[in-house]
Amino acid sequence: MTEMSGADMVVQALVDLGVDTVFGYPGGAVLPIYDALFKHPTIKHILVRHEQAATHAAEGYARSTGKPGVVLVTSGPGATNAVTGITDALMDSIPMVVLTGQVSTALIGTDAFQECDTVGITRHCTKHNYLVMDPERLGPIMHEAFYIATHGRPGPVVIDIPKNVQVATGNYVIPEKIAHKSYRPQVEPDADAIAEAIALIAAAQRPVFYTGGGVINAGPDASAALRQLVSLTGAPITSTLMGLGAFPCDDPKWLGMLGMHGTYEANMAMNRADLIIAVGARFDDRVTGRLDAFAPEAKKIHIDIDRSSINKIVPIDVAVVADAGRALDALIAAWQDAGHKPRDLGEWWRRVDGWRATRCLDFPERKDDDADIMPQRAVKALFDATRGRDPIITTEVGQHQMWAAQHFGFSAPNRWLTSGGLGTMGYGFPAAVGAQIAHPGRLVICIAGEASLQMNIQEMGTVAQYRLPVKIFILNNEWMGMVRQWQELTYESRYSNSYSDSLPDFVKLADAYGWTGLRIDTLGQLEDGIRTMIETPGPVIVDCRVAQLANCFPMIPSGAAHTEMLLQPSDVTGTMDDEAKALV
Amino acid sequence: MKIKTEAGERHVLAVTVDNEAGILAKITGLFSARGYNIESLTVADISADHALSRITIVTSGPPAVIDQIIAQLDRLVPVHNVVDLADQGAHVEREIALVKVAGSGDKRIEALRMADVFRAKVVDTTLTSFIFEITGNSDKVDRFIALMRECGLVEVGRTGVVAIARGAEAV
Repeated sequence: MTEMSGADMVVQALVDLGVDTVFGYPGGAVLPIYDALFKHPTIKHILVRHEQAATHAAEGYARSTGKPGVVLVTSGPGATNAVTGITDALMDSIPMVVLTGQVSTALIGTDAFQECDTVGITRHCTKHNYLVMDPERLGPIMHEAFYIATHGRPGPVVIDIPKNVQVATGNYVIPEKIAHKSYRPQVEPDADAIAEAIALIAAAQRPVFYTGGGVINAGPDASAALRQLVSLTGAPITSTLMGLGAFPCDDPKWLGMLGMHGTYEANMAMNRADLIIAVGARFDDRVTGRLDAFAPEAKKIHIDIDRSSINKIVPIDVAVVADAGRALDALIAAWQDAGHKPRDLGEWWRRVDGWRATRCLDFPERKDDDADIMPQRAVKALFDATRGRDPIITTEVGQHQMWAAQHFGFSAPNRWLTSGGLGTMGYGFPAAVGAQIAHPGRLVICIAGEASLQMNIQEMGTVAQYRLPVKIFILNNEWMGMVRQWQELTYESRYSNSYSDSLPDFVKLADAYGWTGLRIDTLGQLEDGIRTMIETPGPVIVDCRVAQLANCFPMIPSGAAHTEMLLQPSDVTGTMDDEAKALV
Repeated sequence: MKIKTEAGERHVLAVTVDNEAGILAKITGLFSARGYNIESLTVADISADHALSRITIVTSGPPAVIDQIIAQLDRLVPVHNVVDLADQGAHVEREIALVKVAGSGDKRIEALRMADVFRAKVVDTTLTSFIFEITGNSDKVDRFIALMRECGLVEVGRTGVVAIARGAEAV
């Protein structure tokens, strides 16, 4: 116990909790904490250009390291600007602690300058939040907040600290052991549920693994366990957008991503399976398609650390509430103890191979040097050029994100950072900043759309300030491509406000910020351009002009079943009934 | 296109929570954000050290929705436990209403007579009004209020439901 100011306690707690990096932006109500940080050279503060970017950078840091991301912003607009990233972290289960300044306790509720009801505003977009009214509570709350953010289903925690609480002194208390009064997430799987699950897996003739971000969140060991269990059982595996990387893309059992822009084989396997083993995935609407047609013949095993995910969307036969890694370990042990051997799944694999033969990710293209670059080709070329470099890939949101998910292969967890649940345009570039800060020597590439990138493009200044070698690879088709694609699908190509008008010259913009800028216009320039991007030290922005009207296929349209995929543009009719229009 | 809604049966949930600022907002916000019904909600501090509150929520929905409500409540950090009293077998529910009736003559006499039938107590009277206190399950309170509407009802205050399982065990 040591007497110190609240601001010093905050910084001391960060040091004690092993925090090395804070993403933030100063302002009146956090000046005491900024002053305390000034005296603590062990904590690196990354000054962003907008508070939303601080939260996404913290997400990128967290997703690429497994450690919680930390954000420091001021009251009022500082806090409200952070709300999008906080919500994004909640939806994608990213551990994050956000420290917000607040007006002094005597001013709370008086509509003071830069006052907002931060705990009220963030109550439903955080896993938990605190308003600290007494400096003596800062130590315990800081430690508890990190515990809550990182244990159970990870998520964002906000600590709102009034300015006078930062200035006042008190005793800094470190709790001996964090044992929250009520928050005790179940981590170990129930043995009976594991036994039931193993019996189903051993008896299944058409099993498929459906895995998600929970496997990534459970740490690299969980990904290793997943590989072992898939190998033991011989079953095919697909994954959600958030789960990419947990299983290697070059393994013959890998079916690719499932869902709205998933592969034909993944969706057909889900539809025809007699057993689905869901691990750390939550049956999101982008995955299930029309619910009454979802996996009609399958029994479902659902492993999830969040009990509320079980039976939320789809009725489950065997529920295992546990950490994904612990549950996978238990399944492997139970499988081996029972002496199970892989069943002969030959007939099932023959059907899977039949679906694979549609080659659903193929796309039409011209191959001559002057040809327009198909965006899929650009992603494939980027993948080919970075093999062996173990890159970290982030994306914005839209068509480019789906093309990246489809055509960039991942073989290890924590290399793929994307906004899945909230679908936040403007996520990818600051996430790349966070990932690059955490991994200074690694190749970090943000695959962006020209529209999304502009939502946080101000972070070019942050990159320049910290000399980060972030690469931005823009698939520039001059459209909010996914919006336009839906307008073609649903609104007879009435392109209401989906054209990216008045784009900046990205090469000149790069120059203005002291970056290197490149432009790629034709297929013949693609490989050289990518090589130049990789080999150029420091930050590079690549304006890769791609075929403007390409759309993202395969696609399960709104309200359709897994078996009703659109495989190519000619499948599109251009209208939909109101029921389908009303679905997002 | 019409928007469909699903009906369901009534459940009484007893939720034990940390007695901290904002917890009620967190719980009611969860119900509104996820589109669950609240028919009644009561809350009060129940522990000697004022550390815990008990929130009694009357809600309705199909079984899958009730299961979700319980799971969603249970994962809130300050929530200690959630019990569906319907799962606990028989339970007792009580609600108090204060019912003000004004009038004179036959209606006034009739109100007093019916209050007696319902075992409602007179807690205040003037020459032209009564305030009745009635305790019982919500049905009984509803029926009493409906009758009082015919006898000069001017104002009602209700507590909402509190409930507890029968028998010697705590939930």
